[in-house]
Amino acid sequence: MTPKRKKRMTLIGLMLVGVAIAAGFALQAFNENLMFFYTPSEVAAGEAPAGRMIRVGGLVTDGSVKRQSDGLTVQFDVTDNDKTITVQYTGILPDLFREGQGIVAHGRLQQDRLFVAEEVLAKHDENYMPPEVADALKATHDKAVGNTTEQVN
Amino acid sequence: MSRYLRYLVPLAIFFILVAFLYRGLSLDPKRVPSPLVGKPMPEFSLPRLKDPAATLSDSDLKGKVSVLNIWATWCVSCRAEHEVLLQLANTGLVNIYGLNYKDERAKAQQWLQQLGDPYVANAFDADGRTGIDWGVYGAPETFIMDKLGMIRHKHIGPLTVEALNSTILPLIAELQATP
Amino acid sequence: MIPELGNFALILSLCLAVVLATVPMIGSLNNTPGWVALARPAALGQFTFLLISFACLVNAFLSNDFSVLYVAQNGNSQLPIIYKISAVWGAHEGSLLLWALILGTWTVAVSLFSRKLPAEVLARVLSVMGMVSIGFISFMLFTSNPFDRVFPAPLEGGDLNPLLQDFGLAIHPPMLYMGYVGLSVAFSFAIAALIGGKLDAAWARWSRPWTLIAWVFLTIGITLGSWWAYYELGWGGWWFWDPVENASFMPWLVATALIHSLAVTEKRGAFKRWTVLLALLAFSLSLLGTFLVRSGVLTSVHSFAADPERGLFILVFLCIVIGGSLMLYAWRAPDVSSGGKFDLFCRETLLLGNNVLLVVITAFILLGTLAPLIYDAMGWGKISVGFPWFTAMFVIFTPFLVFIMGMGPLSRWKKQDPGDLARQLRMALLLSIGGGVLLALPLFHQGSASMGLAVALSLWLLSSLLLSLRQRFRYRKGLAGILKDFGARGSGSFYGMIIAHLGIAFFIIGITSVTQFDVEQDIRMSPGQTVELAGHTFRFEGAKAVRGPNYQADQGTIRVFNADGQEVAVLNPEKRTYTVQTRPMTEAGIDAGFLRDIYVSLGETLGNGDWSLRLYYKPLVRWIWLGGILMGIGGLLAAADRRYRMASRPETVAAPATAERLATESHS
Repeated sequence: MTPKRKKRMTLIGLMLVGVAIAAGFALQAFNENLMFFYTPSEVAAGEAPAGRMIRVGGLVTDGSVKRQSDGLTVQFDVTDNDKTITVQYTGILPDLFREGQGIVAHGRLQQDRLFVAEEVLAKHDENYMPPEVADALKATHDKAVGNTTEQVN
Repeated sequence: MSRYLRYLVPLAIFFILVAFLYRGLSLDPKRVPSPLVGKPMPEFSLPRLKDPAATLSDSDLKGKVSVLNIWATWCVSCRAEHEVLLQLANTGLVNIYGLNYKDERAKAQQWLQQLGDPYVANAFDADGRTGIDWGVYGAPETFIMDKLGMIRHKHIGPLTVEALNSTILPLIAELQATP
Repeated sequence: MIPELGNFALILSLCLAVVLATVPMIGSLNNTPGWVALARPAALGQFTFLLISFACLVNAFLSNDFSVLYVAQNGNSQLPIIYKISAVWGAHEGSLLLWALILGTWTVAVSLFSRKLPAEVLARVLSVMGMVSIGFISFMLFTSNPFDRVFPAPLEGGDLNPLLQDFGLAIHPPMLYMGYVGLSVAFSFAIAALIGGKLDAAWARWSRPWTLIAWVFLTIGITLGSWWAYYELGWGGWWFWDPVENASFMPWLVATALIHSLAVTEKRGAFKRWTVLLALLAFSLSLLGTFLVRSGVLTSVHSFAADPERGLFILVFLCIVIGGSLMLYAWRAPDVSSGGKFDLFCRETLLLGNNVLLVVITAFILLGTLAPLIYDAMGWGKISVGFPWFTAMFVIFTPFLVFIMGMGPLSRWKKQDPGDLARQLRMALLLSIGGGVLLALPLFHQGSASMGLAVALSLWLLSSLLLSLRQRFRYRKGLAGILKDFGARGSGSFYGMIIAHLGIAFFIIGITSVTQFDVEQDIRMSPGQTVELAGHTFRFEGAKAVRGPNYQADQGTIRVFNADGQEVAVLNPEKRTYTVQTRPMTEAGIDAGFLRDIYVSLGETLGNGDWSLRLYYKPLVRWIWLGGILMGIGGLLAAADRRYRMASRPETVAAPATAERLATESHS
């Protein structure tokens, strides 16, 4: 192997090692930043991890929005028509936030069902629901329908 | 030969990507046939649009083939399909019931006065709760129920003449024929 | 009548696109001059009908023709005229027509400004662009026709989304589309070259100005989008790694790699296969972006209405265009001759490193954007990839990129002695490290390692640029010599590079500053109440109701005073409710400055005249967009380089000795 060839091979080898290290960092950072989505039912069933950043979504229950005196901390319930969890958020809620609308919140689960949100997202169109929320609602509806059919039979 | 193989790498990566994208399209909830099809229609009992004191409920739709159309005045596509609904109503083949979804009573009534009323009766779903039970994502959506009150078809988006002729009218005829 | 005319014109443009895509291409392969000559007129014809079609749609909006479904959905008689026009591209169908029109415009431009291009090559380039046109026009005619009617016509339109009723956002799509579509020119040149089997410096020279201009538009488009998001969305963010944003950023990164790669191919005849692949990749990412935004596959705050049927059409189109081009590449690229040889350490390898890094960053962003889809498709759950991951990816690789950027312009082509380079850059290195460490210390600021790094990188870039300038001026005699240099051949590229790289320095400082040092507070305030933030006093003076042309609003008044008690700004943030679409919209109150922005937005009314407010102090935020603008100016300068407008030039790469001399002298 000529010295030039050797140099080239070393260079390529170094680059590959560099890429491998970068990939390693990337994967690790990726896992840390992955946020899974959980429905209120899944949270109630204990399937959602506590302390980790996760996403939760559903419909804001009517009449559940309670504002604290500082004007900025608010608590509201989020439901998938089956189970409900309470979300707490300090900050200005998005413009499209409304009772009865679908929302998605990023945050951490504290105790059993208190979810402290760091971000609350409401879709940009009042007639569109985030797909995950829609799926969740559909799932609970199917469950309910299944129960009724069983009862009838 | 291996010299040529590495030039195929971009193409290979692209095809893997396409596979995921294709899968992604079929994952869209709108594309998946509604799980409500083949199940009994959800129970509801809502005030009527024209007369708030009266109610329209799922039992009113049972016993005969019926069509439930989810609509609203804020929905432009509903305006687009209105003509088609009137056509369907004129055939006299089936009763069309409406679910006025997250709308304003006065506007909805004015709409029907101005454009014609294809509905036998309209339920007024102010907050959309009933719509949720029906798995509604937005307006317009149309459901066809058989005589037993089971949902047999869901049409998402505005009704078109093609959909009427190819799917809906034949289905209604078929359902009418069965006892 | 007029909408029907528009529809008819669209059909005609499709016919001409078919002619354009087939006849000249076949003619170029069979050597039939008559067929080849049809390319230019066909391109002109296609453009004319697209223009007519577009004009009809604009007319429909201006005349409030709500019998057209698209106008009924997006127009409104109360809309100010400028927004009636921008509503034309405010939603899916109309924006497609804009895309097609812009593609037609680029096609005509290429046909008109390529007089010296051999006829068969031009024919192939235009044919490929015609093929892309076929895709977009038929997409419209078969699935998304903007001229569909609605009966009975509503009395009033659904109104343009209030978020889009803004000048910045009115011109943002046209700018972006000019960029996306412009990349199709490089794509077409690459395909034409692969077909013809001749990939040489001449090809690179033809492609380069077109690619540069497309890149400039893309840069401006992305910068506009970011600036718009900042002042319009009401909470001070300027980039969200949203799939739609990523869809514009990825082509930009690859286009950046492409213009650098084209430089090497043009000057040294090297990297030919890489350049071709990058050209194919850049436009492919543009198309992929179009798919992601319109198919509903990814949820995003600003994707168009989801429709899987349309998504399927685009996906098939993607397969044909990208799959076809990559197949052509796999078939023809191995036969392309390797270009000029170069050593282990020289400008070529530095540029190669630069491009590899850019492509790696793009790959990671693509991965992050598609991850939710991949996880869902594999049944691993519904995920979303957090903002910090994208930022981390970017932050990890950018320092290496900037390091190379400092060395590249100072290196020689073909062979550079590392020791010599190190000697030249010794001071630069010391200055950068010194400055960075100094700023990172708690003495000057609250101790920020990343700010120190950003300053170090910028100083490195700046010093390297100054060194480049000094080297260039050394060969020019005096001030007159320097001024004369501005008009010389190759100077456009050089000064363009200087300004564009300067833009990157501003960009890095701006981003780091605003990320590390911005101060934010959400607070409940009563009228008359004051609060201290970042050395300023903010006094809330209550909110009152106001009226706009098509909206009502609550307008707050906040007076801002600096540490000496002088009034610095009076801000009037608003919470608007538009008459038709009724969703609330936040208009921020911003006091813009070169060194900082003061930013206030209204939250919610809390009773008794109290409001929740969001207050921001954002240092150096404008430098982000200043960086973008500088990059755009740099690109324009490079594209305007006289050598692209010169008469004939030798087609092949000059003999090695001459090339060496030229390279050493001009360092461009």
